[in-house]
Amino acid sequence: MIHFVVHEEGDGVGVVVVEGVKAGQELSGWIMEDDKDIKVVARSDIPIGHKVALKDYKPGDTVIKYGVDIGKVVATIKQGEHAHVHNIKTKRW
Amino acid sequence: MDLSKATFWGYKRANGRVGVRNHVIILPVDDISNAAAEAVANNIKGTMALPHPYGRLQFGADLDLHFRTLIGTGCNPNVAAVVVICIEEGWGKKVADGIAATGKPVSYFGIEQHGDHDTIMRASKAAKEFVQWAGEQRREERPLKDLWVSTKCGESDTTSGCGSNPTVGNAFDKLYPHGVTLCFGETTELTGGEHLVAARCRDDKVRARFQFMFDRYQEVVERHKTSDLMDSQPTKGNIEGGLTTIEEKALGNIQKIGRKCMVDGVLDKAEAPTGPGLWFMDSSSAAAEMVTLCAAAGFAVHFFPTGQGNVIGNPILPVIKLCANPRTVRTMGEHIDVDVTGLLRRELSPDAAGDKLLEYMFRTANGRLTAAEALGHREFVLTRLYESA
Repeated sequence: MIHFVVHEEGDGVGVVVVEGVKAGQELSGWIMEDDKDIKVVARSDIPIGHKVALKDYKPGDTVIKYGVDIGKVVATIKQGEHAHVHNIKTKRW
Repeated sequence: MDLSKATFWGYKRANGRVGVRNHVIILPVDDISNAAAEAVANNIKGTMALPHPYGRLQFGADLDLHFRTLIGTGCNPNVAAVVVICIEEGWGKKVADGIAATGKPVSYFGIEQHGDHDTIMRASKAAKEFVQWAGEQRREERPLKDLWVSTKCGESDTTSGCGSNPTVGNAFDKLYPHGVTLCFGETTELTGGEHLVAARCRDDKVRARFQFMFDRYQEVVERHKTSDLMDSQPTKGNIEGGLTTIEEKALGNIQKIGRKCMVDGVLDKAEAPTGPGLWFMDSSSAAAEMVTLCAAAGFAVHFFPTGQGNVIGNPILPVIKLCANPRTVRTMGEHIDVDVTGLLRRELSPDAAGDKLLEYMFRTANGRLTAAEALGHREFVLTRLYESA
């Protein structure tokens, strides 16, 4: 069973693709581009479609998804935590 | 899927373009002609009015875009014949003349010096003749290259970027080598991935034109913004669906142009392409505006991936919705034509998902109504560039 997908190897976040992910749950992931498996333990409840951090981040870090910069970290994120608007912001506009 | 001998059944129009629908439309040039247009459509069964809120005291580039959109809508090969209604006869003639260049039947009626009653009577007589004539048009088998396909995504979420958008990309990559005319747009929604689109441009001339359009739209955002556009771009729905920044949304959006297609040309809003290949159209990222512009540019079928569940349709352009989010397919299934949720369960390959969409494209082109058509979604939304005079 796939709980989350990752676009490509090296991305710092994955996308939860099932409903009801709870903190403490071990999640199985699929790196789509490289067709590889990956695991991470969720540290937050994460809604479907929302991102799980695959590594630790500190403020000022850049988040990579699709192999490309998707924004800057504005609050510390631990591996397995919910990564979204409360801890990542755009670098544009 | 082998598309080398693929065909569809469409309506070949006098100018050689091929449509997949056979609409007779009652087209108001301006807001105050909506009532008469709707009355005609109510009188004459099988016709459809396209009411909208604009057309008075526009000027310059905004007026040009208004006429280009109305004339383009009438010229679209999914339209068999057009009745134009306007308050001032001169503007009606301008729109009707533009549409008449395709060779299709068109008449125009001004309300001034007649009033609504007389206008509705005269226009209804023309509409009756047109709809009876249109009923005798027949579909014929046409090569795939005669089909023009546009795309735009809406109420996107992260599943769009990893599921439904790459499915469109896979289909575009398969259509492109067969001389199909393709289109994408959503200018601000490339922000953060514009370099990837620039790198896909056919040559430096196309790249420069793309960059001009991109920069022009960025200037609009910079001039008017009061924040970082959170809740507008990305929208509240995007954020609810897990998208965090415009960059992330843009990178998902760009999945729709596949991996092999080159960007062969750049169009201004509602401008018709002049040859096959993939065209970038400068356009709003708002769903109904962008799809209306695609229809006005002459596209006959539209791919619309959604994540959180946009319900949009268009009066003349069949909008095929695809979705990879299982919650949306469960809660809003009546809006979804192609379910690609299997992709994110690792049960459906990207190649098979692309084929599934193409199979639905042929069924739609051959006459199957899309969910949006069956549900009566006819969003006809004109893009405005600035205030009226």
